[in-house]
Amino acid sequence: MTSDLRDMLTSDDPPHDGGYDDPPPRYGFFTDTSVCIGCKACEVACKEWNGIPDDGLTFTGMSYDNTGGLGADTWRHVAFIEQRKPLGSQVNTAASAGTVDLGLPSMTKPGEETGQEQRSEFRWLMSSDVCKHCTHAACLDVCPTGALFRTEFGTVVVQEDICNGCGYCVPACPYGVIDQRADDGRVWKCTLCYDRLGAGQEPACAKSCPTDSIQFGELDELRTRADARVRQLHEAGVTDARLYGHDPDDGVGGAGAFFLLLDEPEAYGLPPDPVVTTRDLPDMWKRAGLAAVTLLTGLAAAFARKPSFGRKR
Amino acid sequence: MTGTDPHTADATAPPEREAVTGARGRGRRRRRAEQAMVPDAKFGSYYGKPVLNKPTWAAADIASYLFLGGLAGASSVMAAGADLTGRRTLARGCKAGALVAVSGSLYALIHDLGRPMRFVNMLRTVKPSSPMSVGSWLLAGYGPQAGIAALTDATGLLPGIGRAATIGAGMFGPAVAAYTAPLMADTAVPTWHDGYRELPFVFAGSAASAAGGWGMLIAPPGEAAPARRATIVGGALELGAKTLMERRMGLSAEPLRQGKAGKLMRAATALTVAGAVVGGVLGRKSRAAAAAGGLASLAGSACTRFGFFHAGVTSAEDPKYTVRPQRERLEREHA
Repeated sequence: MTSDLRDMLTSDDPPHDGGYDDPPPRYGFFTDTSVCIGCKACEVACKEWNGIPDDGLTFTGMSYDNTGGLGADTWRHVAFIEQRKPLGSQVNTAASAGTVDLGLPSMTKPGEETGQEQRSEFRWLMSSDVCKHCTHAACLDVCPTGALFRTEFGTVVVQEDICNGCGYCVPACPYGVIDQRADDGRVWKCTLCYDRLGAGQEPACAKSCPTDSIQFGELDELRTRADARVRQLHEAGVTDARLYGHDPDDGVGGAGAFFLLLDEPEAYGLPPDPVVTTRDLPDMWKRAGLAAVTLLTGLAAAFARKPSFGRKR
Repeated sequence: MTGTDPHTADATAPPEREAVTGARGRGRRRRRAEQAMVPDAKFGSYYGKPVLNKPTWAAADIASYLFLGGLAGASSVMAAGADLTGRRTLARGCKAGALVAVSGSLYALIHDLGRPMRFVNMLRTVKPSSPMSVGSWLLAGYGPQAGIAALTDATGLLPGIGRAATIGAGMFGPAVAAYTAPLMADTAVPTWHDGYRELPFVFAGSAASAAGGWGMLIAPPGEAAPARRATIVGGALELGAKTLMERRMGLSAEPLRQGKAGKLMRAATALTVAGAVVGGVLGRKSRAAAAAGGLASLAGSACTRFGFFHAGVTSAEDPKYTVRPQRERLEREHA
């Protein structure tokens, strides 16, 4: 029975073709943060194309990030992290000598100061975060109305005409992606531009990305490309480069939108080892059943004429 | 750390990491709490911001729902038992209590929806992967039976149908009381999820204790023996399972002991024990003790649900509870 339940829990996930008879290939994003320049064109394009309301004009003081994090009105979020650390084998840091004096005007006489003493090791990490479109998507699993569904492209989308705003998907998401829009009551998140995909167009964020940090395509091809890119970066001395969410054996069965990061995931606000909560659901149901039987028999025993406990007369 | 000089933000941080430690900076507010024996281990975070989005549920709705659902379900079992053993006052009171509680819980559920008018969408599909879908169907099966049981008893009409509905509600009741454990546990919220093995027993015990409290309140001591036993055995089950659960959870049990949630959980223990002793033992002779104990048991059950709810929200708001156990798991796997 438990294995049946487990099958039922994953029946609409991409390994089973998402429940479609003859689906197109699974599409996704590969976000290569090593070439992100933090321009936020993805944030803007996403808002424009999807008609998302503003998410507040606040000044956070978190480097150049005044967006904060993903939510109902933020489907792309560029994180900025300032670190005292060189980027791979980066030159022109305090560690490397050999700067060239261009003789430009300055307060001191040309040649007296190299500028080297003012330099320090520094790197600025930028990363455009987005819904992961998980293989085993907790938001979709727990949605009681069926408003969240698996599309033919293997992505996860909310049907806004069905969502009744129960909010169950919000605490279910291990990445903190989906959220409820306060004045609207319903939940919203990235659709991987379902409307554009249907028309053979790439999602707005990927289209607008000037450095191809956001790459859209067939998931299998993106995974191959990502492996090659990590190898290339390692050879170039950027040993921090690592993939996040690419592994089909991870806790969510692999993400449809995965990343190349230059630090631990938690530095970017991502969970280091997320697990879909419904993985434990068969066990939860078993134990709830056991507890219900305990409650029923326990209370029945309380009505027994001569119970083995209590009633000392 | 927002607004602080990055070079002094965290002196213990490795030099390459400046945006760190969600645990730091809250120390000032914790001054009155007990001193931690070991300092919080370091963990990485993005400016101390939470990884998870905070649950949108209102405590007044969802924690109340957990309490009322448990009270209704267990009261219906008591009503069926009382019906079958000829305890007329206990039966009538428990049926009425179950109807009021399930009505209140339905109101809380619908009130919490972002689009209450779309409540009926809950019955659009059947999804065993969603405890909320299963719960909606359970309530759809249970609610009308609890209603018929209470109304036929109060009016004296259709006794046959009333008896059938009473027994039917009594069979659905335990499921209504227990399914709320998977409902809360099937989330990424550390404190709600991590206790999933023992939580159904905490909730079942809490439900029995509450229904026992209600029974002692409305029935004369002569009829209320099963209610008294329910507060004792239910309370023992709740407290035992809770102790086991906290021991097993590790770091995510911490919010159950601190702050508002900690106060509520401690009050829950005290009230549940008081209900079992004052109502369950002394209530045998004294109606006043039974009533006082009954109220204590009811309040204890409510405190358990509100405490558990708030602890989960706390664990979602602090990235420590998400990041540290996951990081430790990775390190164990790679060791």
